[in-house]
Amino acid sequence: MRRMIAVLLENEAGALSRIVGLFAQRNYNIETLSVAPTEDVNLSRLTITLRGDDAKLEQIIKHLNRLIEVLKVADLTDGEHVERGIMLIKVRAEGASRAEVKRSVEIFKGRIIDVTPRMYTIELVGSADKFSAFMATLEKRSIVEVVRSGLAGISRGEKALIV
Amino acid sequence: MSKDSAELMAQKANQEVQNESPVKALVPERLSGGDMLLRALDDEGVEFLFGYPGGQALHIYDAIFRQQRIEHILVRHEQAATHMADGYARATGRTGVVIVTSGPGVTNTITGIATAYMDSIPMVIISGQVPNNQIGTDAFQETDMVGVSRPIVKHSFLIKSAAEIPVAVKKAFYIATTGRPGPVVIDIPKDMTDPNILFDYAYPKSVKLRAYNPSLKGHPRQIKKAVELLLQSKRPVLYAGGGVVQGNASDLLIQLAKRLNLPVTNTLMGLGSFPATDQQFLGMLGMHGTYEANMTMHHCDLVFAVGARFDDRVTNAVDKFCPDAQIVHIDIDPTSISKIIRADVPIVGLVDIVLKSIVQQVEKALSGALELPDYKEWWAQINSWRNAHGLDTDARLANLKNPKILPQQVILSLYRATQGKAFVSSDVGQHQMFAAQYYKFDEPRKWINSGGLGTMGFGLPAAMGVKIAFPNETVVCVTGEGSFMMNMQELSTCMQYGLAVKVICLNNQALGMVKQWQDMQYGGRHSASTYADSLPDLVKVAETFGHVGMRVEALAELDAAMDELFSEKNVNKLVILDVKVDPEEHVYPMAIKGGSMQDMILTRGESI
Ligand SMILES: Cc1ncc(C[n+]2csc(CCOP(=O)(O)OP(=O)(O)O)c2C)c(N)n1
Ligand SMILES: [Mg+2]
Repeated sequence: MRRMIAVLLENEAGALSRIVGLFAQRNYNIETLSVAPTEDVNLSRLTITLRGDDAKLEQIIKHLNRLIEVLKVADLTDGEHVERGIMLIKVRAEGASRAEVKRSVEIFKGRIIDVTPRMYTIELVGSADKFSAFMATLEKRSIVEVVRSGLAGISRGEKALIV
Repeated sequence: MSKDSAELMAQKANQEVQNESPVKALVPERLSGGDMLLRALDDEGVEFLFGYPGGQALHIYDAIFRQQRIEHILVRHEQAATHMADGYARATGRTGVVIVTSGPGVTNTITGIATAYMDSIPMVIISGQVPNNQIGTDAFQETDMVGVSRPIVKHSFLIKSAAEIPVAVKKAFYIATTGRPGPVVIDIPKDMTDPNILFDYAYPKSVKLRAYNPSLKGHPRQIKKAVELLLQSKRPVLYAGGGVVQGNASDLLIQLAKRLNLPVTNTLMGLGSFPATDQQFLGMLGMHGTYEANMTMHHCDLVFAVGARFDDRVTNAVDKFCPDAQIVHIDIDPTSISKIIRADVPIVGLVDIVLKSIVQQVEKALSGALELPDYKEWWAQINSWRNAHGLDTDARLANLKNPKILPQQVILSLYRATQGKAFVSSDVGQHQMFAAQYYKFDEPRKWINSGGLGTMGFGLPAAMGVKIAFPNETVVCVTGEGSFMMNMQELSTCMQYGLAVKVICLNNQALGMVKQWQDMQYGGRHSASTYADSLPDLVKVAETFGHVGMRVEALAELDAAMDELFSEKNVNKLVILDVKVDPEEHVYPMAIKGGSMQDMILTRGESI
């Protein structure tokens, strides 16, 4: 099962390496990771997605909490949540497929941010599901380059991960 | 000068001194980074530093030289410094402190740090580092200590500004000693300890880390549930580990066990937390645990785990573990709970605080309507196991057959000669298991061994750390010739500081534990586990280092030699007693791989 964990940690040298190290050391796989400072410059927020069952997730959360610099950990997949990432794709767009690609971008509410006679560079914002759905519309051979950010996640409603 | 004017001047001088002191208190002392480090350690109550100098630590070593309050113990290898600090910490409950230089100095500490980490021992390791502006340049003796040690420390600090040193020291000790204790590294670039740059010194009274709140009382509802289960249980067992020793909760464990007449078993790390001579004690459990302890575990209806972590050397096959039992698990570290075995009642908290409220609630329940639970049938069952295959039933030990010496007999002889009162450290191997099985520890912190990591070479330096803390106590290191050779250079340190440790080597002329596994699982093919023709004479080794060496080769001489070892004339001497034991002996009982806890081999060629 895919899980999304949010972590608030002290923005200190070495703190991130402790988290990444923990995943390697305990044999947990990170699928995506995003990290940046929050409104409080002393705090960073991470969003990690990974696959695992309940028992595994429980252990990961406990281990994260055990790190001295970690303030809060939450399983966002435990409730309703929103996730967003950004994907940039460079595709070959020539002849008939050029219009086809453009239509798909519109349907997925993406943007074409750079154009050459043979290529489109596309920007897409959304969830992991949306990314894979969009990728499915493209002919595999036409994809030149894909870059995806890690996902950022937040709970819906009143629930908040704050200090 | 007249007598009067002299008196006047003296008076005036006195007044000046008096006037000066309040002013002095307001103006903070100006100290260099190196001096601040030493002052902070002193303010923290540190008595000993175990260490070894080198380039990037030289400013610190000069600061050590210029103060008198903390004694530095110069080892012969940095690994030994960590084990000494570790032994000191295990025996006293205080934090062991290590100081080393960068590069090879720090890499030599890794085994010792990992050893302390696995057994949750409070330790602070101070390491020199190349100057800040050289970090990352592959400078001479540069090693990323924070990176290299990261998976085996509770936390680490890299000092980026010298002014942080006092706070970092305070935090390091706070983190090392609270919650689940463990090692903490403070890596200090050389420019941070420059003797020419001074700072205002102040040692913080306390520190707060907003992301770290370790003191825990345990959830009241879970505690209530645990007590209910305990009082309903027909076949309970207390399974107590190193957390009870480290958490100073031995008295409460005894109180609980005594009040309800509960059977108690200890892990390798927990030995001494319940008196081994007590009838309620079943001995150690697990891979080389007693028959009665493992049978009791397998057949119980309630495992009441306190400060233990269901290690794989205890549980055997997890899916066959204690089939009829509910599990109460008390531990300070939430990651230990339900890691291996799912707990029905998990209680995260300090063992002493949790046990205290459990004892109180049991008391309350008993003073009400509830009758004392009756475990008559359970005890009858346990005693029948004990009488059938307990350690005391080994007929070979009763029927002395000179000259062959069984290693178990050496431990029994040691126990007799020290009246069970010695501090005993051990190395790792068969000798360790024999010591754990046959020396009956009645008090916590007396059994000093590397349980989690199983570090050969631990025994001698750990015993030295104990001896430094308790110079007037008997401190014994039970070792094997293989383990002993891993840190025997420390015999020189013992000479320098007059550490009269007694070393007893169960010399089977082989890496016995490895050989045993090869006998049992690899058709007796002794791959790289024997070296009988190339071993040093340990009596001469002792003498070369200026100590006393003794050898025993026949059973008839054993007791006399043991008495001589502990006789008045040797009180202030380090003595190595090299005992030639039967090299064919195996450690039993031994868990059958892949089985449940009741599946054990009891003697050669037999299984149950
Ligand atoms: C540093 C280290 N290396 C290897 C091992 C694996 N090992 C466990 S027991 C053992 C043999 C120990 O030999 P010795 O100290 O003579 O004790 P004995 O088993 O013979 O009593 C070995 C090699 C270990 N535990 N630690
Ligand atoms: Mg040996």
